[in-house]
Amino acid sequence: MSGYFSDVAALARKDLRLELRARDTLPAMLLFVLSTLVVFHFALPSESGDQAAYGLLWVALVFTALLGLGRAWVPEQEEGALDGLVLAPCDRSAIWLGKSLATLAFLVAAEAVALPAFALLFAALDLAAIAGVALASIGICTVGSLVAAMAAASRGREVILPLLFLPLAIPLVVGGVGSSVSADPGTYLAFLGLYDAVFAILSWAAFEYVVTE
Amino acid sequence: MRTANPSVPLLAAIAVALTGAAVVMVFFVAPEDVDQGISQRIFYVHVPIALTAYACFGLGAWKALRLLWTRGERYDLESYTAIHQGTIFGALTLLTGAIWAKASWGVWWLWSEDQLVLFLVLFLFYCAYFMLRFSLEPGARRERISAVYALFGVALIPVSFLAIRLAENFIHPTVFTRDGPQMDGSMFGAFCVAWAALLLLAYVMYRVELLGKRTDANLRLLRETLTS
Repeated sequence: MSGYFSDVAALARKDLRLELRARDTLPAMLLFVLSTLVVFHFALPSESGDQAAYGLLWVALVFTALLGLGRAWVPEQEEGALDGLVLAPCDRSAIWLGKSLATLAFLVAAEAVALPAFALLFAALDLAAIAGVALASIGICTVGSLVAAMAAASRGREVILPLLFLPLAIPLVVGGVGSSVSADPGTYLAFLGLYDAVFAILSWAAFEYVVTE
Repeated sequence: MRTANPSVPLLAAIAVALTGAAVVMVFFVAPEDVDQGISQRIFYVHVPIALTAYACFGLGAWKALRLLWTRGERYDLESYTAIHQGTIFGALTLLTGAIWAKASWGVWWLWSEDQLVLFLVLFLFYCAYFMLRFSLEPGARRERISAVYALFGVALIPVSFLAIRLAENFIHPTVFTRDGPQMDGSMFGAFCVAWAALLLLAYVMYRVELLGKRTDANLRLLRETLTS
């Protein structure tokens, strides 16, 4: 089992190192989430209040995650690296877990910029809202890296990914918005935890079938 | 195993007979609803269609699971056909639901109707299934990716339903409650006959479509063999 986790760590480290060298994804995500927040300032009428802003924060987060997920499997697509990984003597689900952790690291980095910016520009965020963001990020990355692998195998990669991902992300948005606006955020946080557990197990079990020929 | 199944023409005949019986029961046997009048009778169509759509999605996921489990190629087409039928019935659910909402409440769409919103999410999800499927090269990998996505669909159904219930708390602070008509015997009978008719109809359509698709595949294979 320790072998499994060292495989996962090696795969995640590879993605982070690639990003440090090429800087393909993270700067784009940071710039995108900030631009979206500015666009939202102009999209919201001035009397619409904080409630609407919380909703739009979630739109910004989901689309920023989509931007990162769209590039998640690009390094593996080039020069048949994915075939090599599939043939490597490690459990295939380790590839998925490594990719999920790497995308989670990018998303958390983007959120580390987006949440303070949101608090500064729009409305304050309490602890429950931040916990909601953390739990939803896990769900976004586990499901997202699986459907991104599906989309990467298809012809219309960039077009297909949002179509596959958004219906699956609707429960996450419900839980996330609920945890930031509801008076009783516990229910929504528990729901997000449930979502993470169900879809993480499903993705973990299913990944092998997505990448093998 | 195929030959043990009852023949399609026989099933089709039973489905037609049951549909006729359902129409008679819905309009002549079941009593008129005191609150909603004639418009309540769409209930006998709308709810069975929705349940049939769930059954189709469930069948699609079951065939997908069989495909991943046994690697039997034929389950791919069966899973796809079941989901295709489910999507057709899902679209009909949205349509009949909108008509019922218009007749009862005067609007075409109500976000407080959990089932309708769930069907909208599922409809989007399964439309994406077709986009995904037709954007992959035919072969073992397409079969498996489609199967995994179909399995995600049945996991999404309860999770989304829970989410939509939870969302009502902050989108609609007062939960809309519709007093379900207390069904008496003849109403329940009409409902059951209508449901049986639609289930059988869906199954016949599934078998016919499957038959067509199999013939298509066989013809293509034959043509390729003859030309090469």
